[in-house]
Amino acid sequence: MILPTPAQTIGPFYGYALPFPGGADIAPRGHSQVVTVHGSVRDGGGDPVPDALLESWQTVPRPGPGSMRRDPVNGGFAGRNGVDFTGFGRVATDADGHWAIRTLAPPATAPYLALCVFARGLTHHLFTRAYLVRPTEDRLLSTLPPDRARTLMATGDGERTYRFDIHLQGEKETVFLDFRHH
Amino acid sequence: MSLSEPTQRQISAEIAAAHESAATTSRHHPARDFAPYRGTLLRHPHQVPIPLTDDPEAAERTGPVFGVTDVTGLDADLTRQHPGEPLGERITVTGRVLDRVGRPVRGQLVEIWQANASGRYAHQRDQHPAPLDPGFTGAGRCLTDDQGRYRFTTIKPGAYPWRNHLNAWRPGHIHFSVFGTHFTQRLITQMYFPGDPLLPYDPILQSVTDPAARARLVAEYRHELSTPERALGYHWDIVLDGPTATLPDPEDHR
Repeated sequence: MILPTPAQTIGPFYGYALPFPGGADIAPRGHSQVVTVHGSVRDGGGDPVPDALLESWQTVPRPGPGSMRRDPVNGGFAGRNGVDFTGFGRVATDADGHWAIRTLAPPATAPYLALCVFARGLTHHLFTRAYLVRPTEDRLLSTLPPDRARTLMATGDGERTYRFDIHLQGEKETVFLDFRHH
Repeated sequence: MSLSEPTQRQISAEIAAAHESAATTSRHHPARDFAPYRGTLLRHPHQVPIPLTDDPEAAERTGPVFGVTDVTGLDADLTRQHPGEPLGERITVTGRVLDRVGRPVRGQLVEIWQANASGRYAHQRDQHPAPLDPGFTGAGRCLTDDQGRYRFTTIKPGAYPWRNHLNAWRPGHIHFSVFGTHFTQRLITQMYFPGDPLLPYDPILQSVTDPAARARLVAEYRHELSTPERALGYHWDIVLDGPTATLPDPEDHR
């Protein structure tokens, strides 16, 4: 085993580099099965975090060769190709700490979006999960006390729309996950 | 500036105390609640993250694979993204992306962003009164090759002040974003430059309390990577963390 490279904060000034047009549109626009998941990121004082970046991942049956369109003149991102579903999304919070993504519902066997949270002041990113429905059996949820498990459940918020708020610290602190092996 | 703002001397004493109390533990990653970096105070979770290493069905055990349409040839040379030549010292930064077993991570996206040679980001909210450079934006990306190699041509970023404490200056650094073969190997980090006198004063670098782990964030100058009349060469390998019980790499069974 070789030793890993330590993580460092994303800082506040990633906005011109990491977000890209269509980053929140994981499912092609106009797809009939689209679900919207949205929420806010808040700090321990309850204040919105306007400089957070969220990434979303879910299992994809057939990974594509990439889903970006690129501007042939300057090479910049011109958006998603509008056809492929890659399962990967990236969205920055806005000035009031809010974010929204549009995707396809994950499979019943793993009915959650895997989320990765980055922000100024986070020395190391945080993993969490947004469950859109409560599975009958789940290795993670079954080990958590009900009030903690509740922080991982998105709530219905209109037709095909779910709300999932992330609290970095405090009474409503979201359950975060550790996949490393020490 | 308020009189109660902590001085570098106070912050350095806090860093030394935090390192002292962490000295018995070997931590590869930074402390989340590293008070000398004031931004962590309201943003670190109080509860310990729930370990989740034994679920073979977890969606996190697969990961984004990026394709050739996700990058273009202009992306890896940050000195050619505008009509004019950027100001500053041109550098090449290259290395390999590996997993913890030492296998190359192939075909994955490496993204970088950084300040210009004067220490200013091309970001509207960076109001540090240093010049913007019309020939340099400071964002690049590439896919790793079959050996896991990445390579960028860019400009050595300048130091800049920030408001963590009185007289706080960040050492020159390049931000890196790297994926792996699992979503759990996701890494965002910063590469620093050897010999930078600001390294001991920086609470963000010093949030990594293990000195050997800190040293892994500093690139190495390699003269053989320098190109005549063009650029100085730096080498920096990136090792992605993740569960040790990794799924077999299909490439190993060809």
